[in-house]
Amino acid sequence: MKRARDPRSKIRNPAFPLVLPTWLVLGVFFLLPLTILFVISFAQRGTYGSLRPIEDFGHYVTSGKILANYARSLHPIYLQIFWRSLWMAVVTTVLCLALSYPVAYYIAVVAPPRRRNFLLGLAVVPFWTSFLIRTYAWMFLLRTEGLINRTLLSAGLVSHPLELLYNNFAVLIGLLYGEIPFMILPLFASLEKLDLSLLEASADLGASRASTFLRVTVPLTMPGIVAGIILVFVPSLGQFIVSDLLGGARTILAGNLIQNQFAVARNKPFGSAVAFELTAAVLALLFVYTIYTRRKGQDVLL
Amino acid sequence: MSRAGEARGPGSRGPFLRAHAWLIYLFLYAPIAILVVFSFNKATQTAVWQGFTTEWYGSLVHNELILTAVRNSLIVGVAATLLATVFGTLVALALGRYAFRGEGFTRNLLYLPIIIPEIVVGAALVTFFGVVGLRLSLVTVVIAHVVFSVSYVAIVVRARLSGFDRSLEEAALDLGARPLQTFWRVTLPLILPGIVSGALLVFTVSIDDYVITSFVAGVGATTLPLQIYSMLKVGVTPEVNAVSTLLLLLTVILIVIAQRLQQPPPEGVRD
Amino acid sequence: MGSDHSVEIRGLTKRFGDVAAVDAVSMDIRRGEFFSLLGPSGCGKTTLLRMIGGFELPSEGRIAIDGADVTLRPPYERPVNMVFQHYALFPHLSVEANVAFGLRYKGVDRARQPEVVREALALVQLSGFEKRLPHQLSGGQRQRVALARALALKPSVLLLDEPLGALDQKLRKEVQVQLKHLQRELGITFIFVTHDQEEALTMSDRIAVMNRGRVEQMDEAARVFERPATEFVAHFMGAANFFSARVREAAGGTLSLALAAGGEVRLPLNGTRYRPDEPVRFVVRPEKLDLRARDLSAHGVPSVAVTIEDRVYQGISTMWIVRDSADERFVVYEQNEKPFEEASRFAVGGRAFLCWNPSHAVVIRPEAEPS
Repeated sequence: MKRARDPRSKIRNPAFPLVLPTWLVLGVFFLLPLTILFVISFAQRGTYGSLRPIEDFGHYVTSGKILANYARSLHPIYLQIFWRSLWMAVVTTVLCLALSYPVAYYIAVVAPPRRRNFLLGLAVVPFWTSFLIRTYAWMFLLRTEGLINRTLLSAGLVSHPLELLYNNFAVLIGLLYGEIPFMILPLFASLEKLDLSLLEASADLGASRASTFLRVTVPLTMPGIVAGIILVFVPSLGQFIVSDLLGGARTILAGNLIQNQFAVARNKPFGSAVAFELTAAVLALLFVYTIYTRRKGQDVLL
Repeated sequence: MSRAGEARGPGSRGPFLRAHAWLIYLFLYAPIAILVVFSFNKATQTAVWQGFTTEWYGSLVHNELILTAVRNSLIVGVAATLLATVFGTLVALALGRYAFRGEGFTRNLLYLPIIIPEIVVGAALVTFFGVVGLRLSLVTVVIAHVVFSVSYVAIVVRARLSGFDRSLEEAALDLGARPLQTFWRVTLPLILPGIVSGALLVFTVSIDDYVITSFVAGVGATTLPLQIYSMLKVGVTPEVNAVSTLLLLLTVILIVIAQRLQQPPPEGVRD
Repeated sequence: MGSDHSVEIRGLTKRFGDVAAVDAVSMDIRRGEFFSLLGPSGCGKTTLLRMIGGFELPSEGRIAIDGADVTLRPPYERPVNMVFQHYALFPHLSVEANVAFGLRYKGVDRARQPEVVREALALVQLSGFEKRLPHQLSGGQRQRVALARALALKPSVLLLDEPLGALDQKLRKEVQVQLKHLQRELGITFIFVTHDQEEALTMSDRIAVMNRGRVEQMDEAARVFERPATEFVAHFMGAANFFSARVREAAGGTLSLALAAGGEVRLPLNGTRYRPDEPVRFVVRPEKLDLRARDLSAHGVPSVAVTIEDRVYQGISTMWIVRDSADERFVVYEQNEKPFEEASRFAVGGRAFLCWNPSHAVVIRPEAEPS
């Protein structure tokens, strides 16, 4: 039995010492650094990777120099990178959805109930294991001396090894591989709550299986679908590891660009600007999602 | 309509769905399985099977870099987990029990570290440490890990709390226990599985983290994922497979335990 | 405040926003009595109980237990214990650990605790269940453990929040009787909350009927049943047979009323003052009404002409729905004493006379205007 959250029995003050440590930690080591990063995005890179001092601040603002980094990010070279990040994230998300939905459906609806926990567990475990290692596994497979090429060669299917690595294809596979578990879970959560008698009623009223799926199942599991899309699209957009290990020079994504600016090019201001553009995109998406869930009155995690 | 024990739902679609599901499972696990298998491969550079050996695991033990990395990962993992668990549990209690000003702010604050891309968080932290003059070291790594871990613990514990029967606490108060005693004897034991589960989860995430750690680890603060990464960049060797396998094994064990702890308690009996 | 009252409540009010869940309630509950708070959901009975227990702070008013003011005291400082609606047994503790839970706060030392637990469990007939866990118990058993746990602390007042709600019919009736006997045996004051009037009647010495935060009537159980004081109580206790009339004369121990349906009725006058021609309503309980074939007013028996609208067989009794010429509807319960093969004198659509013993009529004062 759950007692509904009773506003009468809540007391005001005892909460503060409980939330204070978290406020401090996240305020100082999360919000503050983000703010500093944001501020830096308006600065210019100086010598040795530090910041160039600004002589005339007023002129700096009015001449538009203050937005130099953001302006620079609109250069075709970088736009290409953003575009690539975007379409890769979209393709990954769509493929993930298409591949994961049947799996989630199987676990939640078709599989015998006693197997459900086990099957779900199987899907959850990759969710928590190292993304690095899972990406490395594909590196291992796709290399010219990797298993796939070895097998193809020894089976006589190809005469010399395929260039499976360091291209868009490899990055997509890596992304897909990494993100499928993130899609299965929210879909499962929604499907589990599905009232099967609704499907039976639909069939009873004459709808074909496809029709039932489109008109009943999909709308009812939309919250899970939307959550899954968000959970896959956002990390894909900000992806670093997959494109770093599996992609080549021609498959740089936004995440690599940012890392590059900080680690190699030592242009923190520009890197910050790109970082914030990425963040803005992510926050915009989440804002839309929040409005969607609020309208639907969904359960909140916190 | 469906008999006990049988799969429910659309009948003849079953086999196709089952096949598809297992294919996806295969897709998910095969690469990892291959990785693990080849960690026992005698050959060094190629993916050709040349016999079974455990020499790579042996050489790990003698690999100074690996050992240091493991030590660092454990230090960071334990420290970050302890701190994040305490902070996260306290916040979860606050959100689940009390109405306070700043409740919405706290919630959003907790969602942010999970939502904002790791790249951005890492960049922000390294910049911040530079600005305040804090040298990069294991300490900065711990700080970074705590930042993204608190939210996970809060979510897990909060979930446990939301199913918590408040009348149990009222009963304890009624029977003479003061609030602190009630928390200690009733609330805490009942949410403990959730807390431990959250702790195991963030330990796992900490052990596995690469991106943020790569930004904030100083010299000598190399953690295992960082070490693995640099090994990868140099060249693919069975040693990498071996250390990856061990890390995977540890992760799986911890996750399974964490999942078990999140099971709800058993139901009652009929009259 | 006198000290032969276990619980004294004065002007107790609890507001949630603009709504008063409990509105200026005052009552005295006697030591050792079985007292019930009866009413529909939302009437404030549970809120009142919770305030006595210390789980809600009153907006206004005072509560005293055994003569001491406890209004602001937290639950752990009151000599009161509660049996919760869903029992609230600690799932991670065994039955004996549950029952022993509060003993350390009463200063019962470790050595003596097992004995106290054994006694408490014996009281509720659960001896031998010490090592079981709550999830291994049935609903009825859990309820008894909750009871034992509260009684182990020997409180002066035991609060019970609809504890029988989750039990099935048959078990409920058994437990009602057991609880009544237990209360008699222990001599503790029981304050019992329920929405089931039959339950309240079975177990209580006195009942307070509540509606929208106020007490409509507080009386001995039988009196609440037989002599409802307000329209609400009449409805709630199933006595909603309202007769409309006007006062003809009120003198010499007799109240003469002119019925809206026509005819005159004489009721015993109990000292209340009436003005001539004052509109008055009275109720007669369904089982106190009789259907007769003839008009008996000449013999001093109130008789009202009615048409029979419906008849429902209910096993023990037959329910008749009848209507008088003033279009007022009445329910009559007739005990099924005759063999059912024997045809009834009355049939649906036919006519009859509604008769009753004048002393069974209860005059209901009109509802006071809400302030």
